[in-house]
Amino acid sequence: MVETSGKGKGHKYRHRNRGKNRNLKHLTIALAGNANVGKSVIFNELTGSNQIVGNWPGKTIERAEGKLFFNGYDVDIIDLPGIYSFSTFSMEEIVSREYIAFEKPDVVINVVDAAVLERNLFFTMQLIELEVPIIVCINQIDIAKQKGIVIDTDKLQAALGVPVVATVAVRGEGLHELMDTVIDYVENRIETRKNEIRYGFEVEKRVDMLSRLMVSKNLDLKYPYRWIAIKLLENDPEIIKLVENSSKEVVQKSYEMAREIEEIHNEPSFSVIASERYSLANQITAGAQVQSEIKISFSERLDRLATDRVFGYVISAIVIGGLLLWTFVVGNFLSGLLTEAFGFFQPVDPQVSGTLSAIIWNGAVGGLVAGITLIIPFVIPFYIMLSAIENSGILTRVAFMMDTAMHKIGLHGKALIPLILGYGCNVPAIDSTRILETRRERLLAAFAITFAPCAARTIVILGLVAVFVNVWWALALYVIDLLVIFLLGRIALKVVPGESTGLIMEMHSFKLPTLSIIAKQTWVRTKSLIYLVLPIYIFGTAFIQALYVLGILEPISNALAPLTVWWLGLPVIAGVLLIFGAIRKEFILLMLVAFYGTNLALVLTPVQFIVLALVAILYLPCASTIAVLAREFGWKSAGMITAANFITAIVLGGIAFRLLSLIY
Amino acid sequence: MNESSAISKNIEEYLEILYKLSPNGEQVSTSQISENLKISPASVTQMLKKLADMKYVEYSPYKGAILTDTGLKLAKRVTRKHRLLERFLCDVLKIKKNKIHQQACEMEHSLSDDAERALCHLLEQPNKCPGDNVIPECDLKFTSCEECLIQKEEDVEEVGKRNQNLVSIIDLKEQKKGKVSFIRGDHKVIRRLLDMGITIGAIISVMKVAPLCGPVEVAVRGSKLALGHDIASNVFVEAVEDEGC
Repeated sequence: MVETSGKGKGHKYRHRNRGKNRNLKHLTIALAGNANVGKSVIFNELTGSNQIVGNWPGKTIERAEGKLFFNGYDVDIIDLPGIYSFSTFSMEEIVSREYIAFEKPDVVINVVDAAVLERNLFFTMQLIELEVPIIVCINQIDIAKQKGIVIDTDKLQAALGVPVVATVAVRGEGLHELMDTVIDYVENRIETRKNEIRYGFEVEKRVDMLSRLMVSKNLDLKYPYRWIAIKLLENDPEIIKLVENSSKEVVQKSYEMAREIEEIHNEPSFSVIASERYSLANQITAGAQVQSEIKISFSERLDRLATDRVFGYVISAIVIGGLLLWTFVVGNFLSGLLTEAFGFFQPVDPQVSGTLSAIIWNGAVGGLVAGITLIIPFVIPFYIMLSAIENSGILTRVAFMMDTAMHKIGLHGKALIPLILGYGCNVPAIDSTRILETRRERLLAAFAITFAPCAARTIVILGLVAVFVNVWWALALYVIDLLVIFLLGRIALKVVPGESTGLIMEMHSFKLPTLSIIAKQTWVRTKSLIYLVLPIYIFGTAFIQALYVLGILEPISNALAPLTVWWLGLPVIAGVLLIFGAIRKEFILLMLVAFYGTNLALVLTPVQFIVLALVAILYLPCASTIAVLAREFGWKSAGMITAANFITAIVLGGIAFRLLSLIY
Repeated sequence: MNESSAISKNIEEYLEILYKLSPNGEQVSTSQISENLKISPASVTQMLKKLADMKYVEYSPYKGAILTDTGLKLAKRVTRKHRLLERFLCDVLKIKKNKIHQQACEMEHSLSDDAERALCHLLEQPNKCPGDNVIPECDLKFTSCEECLIQKEEDVEEVGKRNQNLVSIIDLKEQKKGKVSFIRGDHKVIRRLLDMGITIGAIISVMKVAPLCGPVEVAVRGSKLALGHDIASNVFVEAVEDEGC
């Protein structure tokens, strides 16, 4: 895995600012909680535009860090990934756990979904066991109220022994109180109790014995002893490894005790502990919450319709179709406007003769204009809509309905969105695979996306085949491309290590996404994409045009002749075209025109048109796609995906050349 | 082969087909059975009456038969053995798919409970047979496969059998409730389910079942979860009356 952006490393940011504001007291707050409880909303409300989104060092997990000045405090806020537990089966859980235990934020704000208190408290109790300062923030009390749930925060506070604040973050309600509570907490104006979560007698006895054993050995483990003891009894593999380095005896003892618990309860010990923790959460919830019967709400009705066995598919189709239509219609419109505006200043057709500096200039400007007119107009409307359907909860329903179909290539229903987006542009599509849970799923989806006929590939297919051969062959290429996605998807499923984790997804209630959240998400996503793509477009285009004019490409092209001429049956110039295409696929067509003028039928045979188009759409993801692959999955995976594309294109191209020569 | 074992073999085949045609215990018509077993409707009727006498089915003339609790239990046991054997023949012995059914049919009647358990361990608790049908849960008194592995040393007799019939949540009808009683699969699956609140003893109700072997939406501890078909087929519940909770 690769460390991607230096901006992701929060410590630098913190220290730099610490220097600037010497008179302010410094504070670090972490937001922790289940997925989709409104953590990000609170984060956005508190930090405004003052935030940095990057990755956790060495991990492809998003890390958002922001800043807030409040009552004489300079507050750093970290938004931890949404998790359900502190077991060690996902990167997100490990990242959160290590951050809280090692970096020791001054306060952890545990954001809790008021409508699902019991399940959320399961995590709260694990946070309390980590013995860090906690404030529980009961969010979305408005949605809970719609469901007839009212929570008594005083009772909850008494039961948990930590401060509890109720909020409706989307409307900013309660956030000021939340921050006041944070300040009161750090200035010791709030009474808190020590962790009083106690399990059943048999478990408790053994937790106690194990903690004592660790105390007597004076082990230095960075986590609280009690917490370690519980994790050992839960057979947590990471914690076992950690303790083993200090004391084999403790681990041995914990195995024995876990077995004793298993014999007493007739259940694996991790399951005993989880059950007891849940029954505690259940008791606390029952004591602090009043649930009244109410009639079925509108959102409930909509929910039933969205997962209906007939209407569910209709709604899914509308959502996906609407997303695409919206993206392409709005995108085309904006793209047209921008192209006209820029065409006014500078012609941007690739230039292959003239002075070197003129050509480099032409390349750089051409790249910039292409980036602005081809990528941005499509990406922004797409992200706006994606963010809306993601935040509203419709996406989970679409994923629910589409799960079966996507299973054929080892993906969940959710993967449909990135895959379809790949038809527009691969780069944001791969970026949006972040909506999937595991790295394996993201990788499989990204792999499939690299074959999707994006807008640039469509230009190649239409420009070469539909114009100079016929429409049917162009259509056939689309079909072949779909088959390639499906077949390679299935092969990748077998090759990529790891098993398909089954779908376990929370179905949140529908809610109306707020404009500010959508705007912020869109901006953050678009920004990170522009930083990645524009430099590649500008410098890549200028660089490759310069190489050509300097006569460096031709020898390479000649060296490729056995492949291009003998195996694929293309003219020698194909080497140059394909090198250009590595930056931007539509270049293959544009360069051909630049070399030979518009009547290409004089230069290439129909077979050559089809083979060239086929190879062109498959042979490499474009440079921007490779860059985003590397950012998300590391250079090794990016390299392997690129190699797989290349081999597929060459093999299919060679076969197509031989078969087509029989027909024509 | 002596006569009585031939009879019991025949009974088991009937129960198996009844279970296959309706895993969630709905009426199966005589003609359906006759088509599937390729036996004349008259003989099927005769056999169903005999099964009714033995309290394995409730038989109503012209309508068909419903498995009783006892009948369902027996039917699941033999179906489980059949599908486990198919997995074994296919995965371990690499026998061609078109031959495994017949072979499993022959072997299922003589497979002991201990051998069945050992087979399940060997195959790492499979949840589906090669034909993609769900393998019914075992009837040992365990709450999870993990527990069965922990207590490997104990004999089947020592462990004891479960009294109640369990239902996988994929076979539970929409809006029905159940108490989670058994979770199949390795500890990773169990842990993920535990974290989300699906613990042994938790009350879970099925909200929606997506068509075409799609995921199942369940409500548990006040939250709604979508479980993929494979995972859902590994969660078994004891049916609970609606007023129960």
